[in-house]
Amino acid sequence: MSSEQTLIAYTLRLADNALILSQRMVELVAAGPELEEELANANFALDFIGQARMFYAHAGHLEGQGRKEDDFAFMRDEHEFRNLLMLEQPNGHFGDALVRQYLFEAYYFHVLEALTKCSDHGLVEIAERAIKEVKYHLRHSSQWLIRLGDGTPLSHERAQQALNDLWRYTGEMFAVDEIDTSMQADHAGPDLAGIYQLWRDDVAATVAQATLTLPDDEWMASGGKQGQHSEHLGFILSEMQYLQRSFPGATW
Amino acid sequence: MVVDTCSKQQVLEWLANVPDPEIPVLSILDLGIVRGVEVDEVVTVTLTPTYSGCPATEAIEASVMDALKGHGVDEIVIHRALSPAWTTDWITVEGRRKLLEYGIAPPSPSLDIACPQCKSLKTELVSEFGSTACKASWRCCDCLEPFEYFKCL
Repeated sequence: MSSEQTLIAYTLRLADNALILSQRMVELVAAGPELEEELANANFALDFIGQARMFYAHAGHLEGQGRKEDDFAFMRDEHEFRNLLMLEQPNGHFGDALVRQYLFEAYYFHVLEALTKCSDHGLVEIAERAIKEVKYHLRHSSQWLIRLGDGTPLSHERAQQALNDLWRYTGEMFAVDEIDTSMQADHAGPDLAGIYQLWRDDVAATVAQATLTLPDDEWMASGGKQGQHSEHLGFILSEMQYLQRSFPGATW
Repeated sequence: MVVDTCSKQQVLEWLANVPDPEIPVLSILDLGIVRGVEVDEVVTVTLTPTYSGCPATEAIEASVMDALKGHGVDEIVIHRALSPAWTTDWITVEGRRKLLEYGIAPPSPSLDIACPQCKSLKTELVSEFGSTACKASWRCCDCLEPFEYFKCL
């Protein structure tokens, strides 16, 4: 893979993460437990859609074959998506969705911070924009994790169960492959080993404050970054891509 | 349209009449999202989005197009600049005054948020989230009016 191809592939991973997570969050619209949460979720989902658009537009520009944001979002199949497996998991209950949000955002924040210092000008610009939003999201998700964990016996139990269930998907965020390696070497991209330490310290501190227990690192799922997905992604795409599949090129 | 028939100052005056779609009392100049105007063979307007997913971005670009076309400018380029990222520090003094008059507390680095109605400083946060991504919901403890606060970004 050339260094240009690495950059495109890496940018598409960022885009797919933002898009698939936002699609899961959109499923929660009008199902918020209270008005404040409803607004927060919808606004945050919009931030992720905006970030996905910027990353797709940048990938299309780098690729130079005229593919636009919509082509990436609506005209690719499961195996072409490179999002993390954690982000395509069903929303479950509020605690499940919230813990997923927290675990990803705690990682994404550090990735964006590293990207503000990478050598690709386009990614630097997007990361500088996005990090302001994610910093705010993270404040929200970490506060909720503490509130749920240190809340009632039931909320504590459910937050712990969500943490245990999702833990197996956290390894993929730090599983370095060829694209991560050359992104770091050729484009001064994120150092995932370093980010793992930062993430682990942040998560351990928040989990402790939430009176929850950090799960043991056992078997970790992986494959999303290489296009091998769980059965859930197909259902997400069939709903998300329905219109463009049925009426290709439709506009309104 | 070329230099001899339209000056940069004139374009800025026209843009001063383009409202922000979500807070129509503010013009896009008050909001600080117009980052540059170049008048050449074409008129180039550089805009920066407030938030990544701001649904108003396209609407604002279309309004700028319409406003300039309405003044006879045919060759228009709208450039979307992401960097430096927009900050509430770019809302002008005039913009802050208009926000307050409209009933929205303007962004403040301190947490002394004055009630836009009675000016009391005895106010409290109700929710960090409001009707749009850029606002939080507050309440005045004196006059009891709920109000929106434009968050610092």
